[in-house]
Amino acid sequence: MGAFQSVHQEDNYEDLATRTGFSPEQIRNLHRRFKHLTQNGDKLRRDHFRVISDLELNPIQSQIIEAFFDKRNFQGNGRGTVSEIGFEEFLIVMSYFLPTDPNLTAEERESFRQRKLHFLFNMYDTDDDGKITVQEYRHVVQVLISQSDNLDQEEAKEIADAAMLEVASLAVVHMAPDEFYEGITFEHFVKIWKGIEIEMKMHVRFSHLETTSICK
Amino acid sequence: MQMGKLFKRNCYAVFLIFLVVHASWGYVSNGNQSGTEDETESEQEQNLPVFTLNYSRIQMPLEITLWILLASFAKIGFNVYERITIWIPETCLLIGVGLIVGAIMHSVQERPPAVLTSRVFFLYILPPLVLDSGYFMPIRPFIENIGTVLWVAVVGTLWNSIGVGLSLYAVCCIDFFGVRDISVQENLLFASIISAVDPVAVLSIFEDLSVNEQLYIVALGECLFSDAVTVVLYDMFTFLAGMPKVESRDVFLGMTRFLVVGVGGLLLGVLFGFVAAFTTRFTSKVSEIEPLFAFMYSYLAYLVADMLSTSSIMAIVTCALTMKYYVEENVAQNSCTTIRHVIKMLATLSETVIFLFLGVVTVTTEHQWNWGYMLFTLLFAFVWRALGVVVLMHVINPFRTIGFNYKDQFSLTYGGLRGAISFALVFLLPQTIVWRRLFLTATVTIIIFTVFIQGISIRPLIQFINVRKTNWKLESINVEIHVRAMEHTVVGIEDICAQWSHHYWKDKLQKFNDRFIRWILIRDNQPESSIVSLYKKLELQNVMDILEPPAVGDSLSPETPNQEESASKLKKKFLASDLRNMHNLLSKNMYKIRQRTVSYTSKHALPDETRTREILMRRHASLHRSLRGVGEQHKNLATTQRYFSLPAQRRWEHTSASKRYPISGNFGAEVELDHSLASPRSRLLRRSTSLGARNLGACRDMAANAGIAAVKDHRGRHGARRTSRPGSSQSRPPYPCPARQHHLQDPVNNSNNRMEASDNGMWSPLL
Repeated sequence: MGAFQSVHQEDNYEDLATRTGFSPEQIRNLHRRFKHLTQNGDKLRRDHFRVISDLELNPIQSQIIEAFFDKRNFQGNGRGTVSEIGFEEFLIVMSYFLPTDPNLTAEERESFRQRKLHFLFNMYDTDDDGKITVQEYRHVVQVLISQSDNLDQEEAKEIADAAMLEVASLAVVHMAPDEFYEGITFEHFVKIWKGIEIEMKMHVRFSHLETTSICK
Repeated sequence: MQMGKLFKRNCYAVFLIFLVVHASWGYVSNGNQSGTEDETESEQEQNLPVFTLNYSRIQMPLEITLWILLASFAKIGFNVYERITIWIPETCLLIGVGLIVGAIMHSVQERPPAVLTSRVFFLYILPPLVLDSGYFMPIRPFIENIGTVLWVAVVGTLWNSIGVGLSLYAVCCIDFFGVRDISVQENLLFASIISAVDPVAVLSIFEDLSVNEQLYIVALGECLFSDAVTVVLYDMFTFLAGMPKVESRDVFLGMTRFLVVGVGGLLLGVLFGFVAAFTTRFTSKVSEIEPLFAFMYSYLAYLVADMLSTSSIMAIVTCALTMKYYVEENVAQNSCTTIRHVIKMLATLSETVIFLFLGVVTVTTEHQWNWGYMLFTLLFAFVWRALGVVVLMHVINPFRTIGFNYKDQFSLTYGGLRGAISFALVFLLPQTIVWRRLFLTATVTIIIFTVFIQGISIRPLIQFINVRKTNWKLESINVEIHVRAMEHTVVGIEDICAQWSHHYWKDKLQKFNDRFIRWILIRDNQPESSIVSLYKKLELQNVMDILEPPAVGDSLSPETPNQEESASKLKKKFLASDLRNMHNLLSKNMYKIRQRTVSYTSKHALPDETRTREILMRRHASLHRSLRGVGEQHKNLATTQRYFSLPAQRRWEHTSASKRYPISGNFGAEVELDHSLASPRSRLLRRSTSLGARNLGACRDMAANAGIAAVKDHRGRHGARRTSRPGSSQSRPPYPCPARQHHLQDPVNNSNNRMEASDNGMWSPLL
């Protein structure tokens, strides 16, 4: 890469840093990783994720991979999915996993928390109707417990249903006798997470240092 | 109500008097011992004595028993008024009682029994104390914070000992205080004794106030490991104090020894833990002695480590930590409970005895008081601890994901009470130390100061400074599912960007554990996801809730349910492994029940209470879960259950609440089993006191009538736990209530509709 290109990239990094909250060194590292995954291409596609062997063992790998291609996570107002993303979108998705900066104000922290929760919500809500329906929930539970158990479908359903019931009781205190409980909306989802410090748990330690690329 | 209060107050007074009398009698009778012996002997020469008093034979066990009883009565006394134990930590009360007893003994010129020897303490009294701390340590937060815990405990204790020791030596060098000839080693020895932190009282306050998890676990871990470090330092410095001159070579040797001791103890403990876990794999036929394995292996670890001069405290703690997870999976439920109860019992006993002793000794021994030394001790102890905590936290905060802020640091500093271990260690100082009495006085002073003043004032202080809290009690399926999903997501992201942190390692460890270790150590290895175990746990909890409201004030915290729970009332704390056990037990029993109910219906079989109870439990579990959704206000109403597979709309006239929360039809499946147990159910109905009692009367007769008829028809349905209602699961749209009715047409149910209709009455009381 020529000097011109690297200077250009520096500017880009600064720009991205302000927008996403990463530091320029972190962005550089992530860019290196991006290049590695795409084999020096410019766009990342779903099959590029196959390279990562550890990811195959993850029970919710498909949801995670989908999350990268989900327009709702790009902080625009887009809906639907794309088939390939550039580095900027990659970075934006990664930024959901930044640790919470202790210097933020309370509102900023709250909005950051909301964004993280929305990311998780989008992972469940695959049909993008704004709520997590029973089927979607069941699917997730099945996938999660399939890893260590050879349970049949029934048990997963039971669990998912019990969970829905819990949310219903938590979120909707007075329901008329004839009402359906259609699905978990985002507000209800937030209520579930009330009291749990998601910021503490949902983050990845992006390193500032130069990391040699570990070929995986 | 008035009578109850009056009774309580009188009880308290009675207990107090009783224990005082008890204590005094024990010691006064010491004096009589020699007298009666002579009498006995002289009598025997003449003719066969009808009545003799042979005190000397049983003196030792009797005195021990009396002390233990005294301690226990004291504890009963304190808990008569709950408010007392909230504001004044129990250790204060115990010391107080000890002081009173000591005063009585002093007035009758009696000495405390010389039972507390070094041997007795280190071999019998200390192991239960540390085993208790080790066994009930919550593993997950511990492992997550293990670096900090070890750092603060080990380095902190060292820092404290050396700092306080050297400062005191500096003070001693000043002629003014008249303690010129305390050498460096002796000062260091004393400093190491008083740096053993014992925040037991504070931990219960932390738990009550739900302080954040990290602070709690650091305090708990510090308590444990600082004991280990202190004992090691104590040994080392006692040895060094005996030497006239210390060279730098000795210091170096001391440090190496420290490492060897610590790591050696740890490895030994882990080894014994695994052996214990492996042994319990084969104990299914001898479940009566299963607890024995747990205790013997821990004690063995302790003794062997002591023999090899490594840290026995580390050994027993790591043994307990390693062993617990696997043993609790392998052993029967009863054994599991027994192990926990016995450990708690022994630990409480040890601690109580020590504090009582402390109180007694304070009053009865001759003290050597030196104002300067005392005051400086107090000052330096506090200052060095504060400094230590601040500096160490500052160093380790960058490495932590969640740092400790100043409030946490303050709480940790202020919560550094001294306790049982310090006292015992100073009491057991060898007589070769000239200033033994001074050290004893100083230690007792600092213990009493910290326990009373810091112990009482810490609660309002923590509330005032508003330490960050963690919601410990939040347990629900949803949370578990989402947290699990999130953890997997984070691991996935880490894989994607190739930057691993502790999530990755935790995941790997978990996988390794699941694949290899469990395969070797666990009896019937059924790896279960935590979601499933939690689900079953909550189910079981609800069941237990209904059947047996647990005793209030059960002190097996943090494991036992907290009765006066908030309005959510969902969650109690059981361990997941607890749960797997219970679940296995229950499912195995359930299976047997399905078979037994066939034979039960014959004329000659007696009703088996335990079996029916278990079915009822299963039933109630689902019921209660659906009840839970309704909220508190509906609990006492005669809410009908929400088995959506059941068609009876007439049931729904009971409450409107019932229509709200349709749940999956599988619960209905479990319910069928109850049909066959109609008759004993009437007896069982009486037990479900927490449920709508007013329905019981109406339903009992219906139960009797409908029962026998129901039984025969359902014989064919047994074993149909999961497959009985094939129509119900699939045909149901998301939670509609009225749609239930189409089950009426379900061919499987047809034969039973009649039964169910008449069973109406039978079902509701169980709610």
